[in-house]
Amino acid sequence: MENLANIQVIQNMIYIISSVMFILGIKMLGKEATAVKGNYLSALAMFFAVAITCLSLEIDIKIILTGVLLGGLIGSLIAVKVKMTAIPEMVALFNGFGGLATFLIAWSQFNEPDNSMFQHVLVMLTIYIGGITFSGSLIAYGKLSEKLKLGKGSMITNVFISFFYLSMPALIYVMIEPSLAGLVPQVPSYFVIFLVLTLMAGIGFVMPIGGGDMPVVISLLNSLSGIAAAFAGLLLLNNVLIVAGSLVGASGLILTIIMAKAMNRTITNILFVGYASSGHAASSEEQGEVKPITSDDAYLILENASSVLVVPGYGMAVAQAQHVVREMGELLEENGTEVKYGIHPVAGRMPGHMNVLLAEANVSYDLLAEPEDVNPSMDTIDVAIVIGANDVVNPSATEEEGSPIYGMPIIEVHNAKTVFVLKRSMSSGFAGVQNPLFFRENTRMLFGDAKESIGQVVAEFKD
Amino acid sequence: MEMYVLLGFVLLLSIFLGLELISKVPSTLHTPLMSGANAISGIALVGALMLSSAGQMQDILAFGAILFASINVFGGYLVTNRMLSMFKKK
Repeated sequence: MENLANIQVIQNMIYIISSVMFILGIKMLGKEATAVKGNYLSALAMFFAVAITCLSLEIDIKIILTGVLLGGLIGSLIAVKVKMTAIPEMVALFNGFGGLATFLIAWSQFNEPDNSMFQHVLVMLTIYIGGITFSGSLIAYGKLSEKLKLGKGSMITNVFISFFYLSMPALIYVMIEPSLAGLVPQVPSYFVIFLVLTLMAGIGFVMPIGGGDMPVVISLLNSLSGIAAAFAGLLLLNNVLIVAGSLVGASGLILTIIMAKAMNRTITNILFVGYASSGHAASSEEQGEVKPITSDDAYLILENASSVLVVPGYGMAVAQAQHVVREMGELLEENGTEVKYGIHPVAGRMPGHMNVLLAEANVSYDLLAEPEDVNPSMDTIDVAIVIGANDVVNPSATEEEGSPIYGMPIIEVHNAKTVFVLKRSMSSGFAGVQNPLFFRENTRMLFGDAKESIGQVVAEFKD
Repeated sequence: MEMYVLLGFVLLLSIFLGLELISKVPSTLHTPLMSGANAISGIALVGALMLSSAGQMQDILAFGAILFASINVFGGYLVTNRMLSMFKKK
């Protein structure tokens, strides 16, 4: 008995040490110079916490070894094999697995005899958050990898949305239904219905949210998986779960807020309203002639430019144009042109999506600038090249008060001397708002696949 | 119950600490931070290891929790590391 108490003391001490390491690790992860070390430190903290937990195990060691080795193998394989362009969906997938793990932990805790009322409430909350994180992340994965095409408005989506709204009273019901705790697992009907409803609710939560709002959803799901882990920690009376889970919850929350601010919308508007039904139709349509150019013309203008700003968007990811963009950037620099990249926080499908793509293509990160860095000196830029971005460069956001995206901070490329817009066709962006930028006096449209168009410019430079 | 109050206190403090620590992150690091935090949420593995083993159902649940948390931990850390190694200043 005394021996067991000693083990618990040792375990708790190690848990505190690894909590501190997690805290330092995530702090270091937030700075460029120390990020790599921060990740190692947090991995080491994870190792300590897991290893010391193994001092007192109830589960059969064979089950544990099989689970850890198999899981480790699957996780490592996915992490090593995945293409960098598939990062958003993969982060969503891993996140979902974390949520599923807490979901199963709480389920197992539910089956324990003599849970107190408070524990019962915690179990239900953890199941709910973990379950929504799991099924929601799977839907996010499906949407990001474009395997799932269903969106707002379809019948099936509406059915799942109603499950989401049903799940909330159901959660309250199961929380205040303590008699259930004694009945299960012999009579699991209520509980099983709740489990299923929770998973359906997660689907209904994410399904109606469109592609351009994905950065917010991914951050929020990330935050939820941490909160679920923290609740599981309360349930199991484990301090390292609480600390690590809360840190993840907080970092996800911060990213969610940053993303929502970058769109000048509230989180509830993004999650439950969306652009389409926000009331305003695209008001004035500043139509006019668009001025298409060819890659040859683009090359001639670029050759004489002394400063160029590249503004990438989701279209660059779709066209996989990041490598050829980097090549063009290097050729321009050799030609004596100053090249910068203007990165909008919500360009792409997850926070920092463009940064990852450009880093993969070997673009030095000190060339990447945020909107507030490039906007003040925009009128000195000779050519701004917009590659597959639309809403984040839409001047309506600053000029047209009735526009649904009015007030959203944008990269003000329309103030540059010349703007090249690389686009497949004249379709509007995710917000469904017409972009007056395309009709401006200083705008030239370069239609076609971004990778091919820039490839031609690069070829011209090489000749 | 006292234990819960104490741990609830730890929970709140950790959230505030987290918010303070990460409030100013350069956008270059948004994805690695998210992915690294995601790996940390694999701490659920510790919770999974603490589960009891009473009957087949509990074993299955524990196995599932260990398996999925392990995927999260290994995959999360490796992919974050891979991503960070691409961020270079020339």
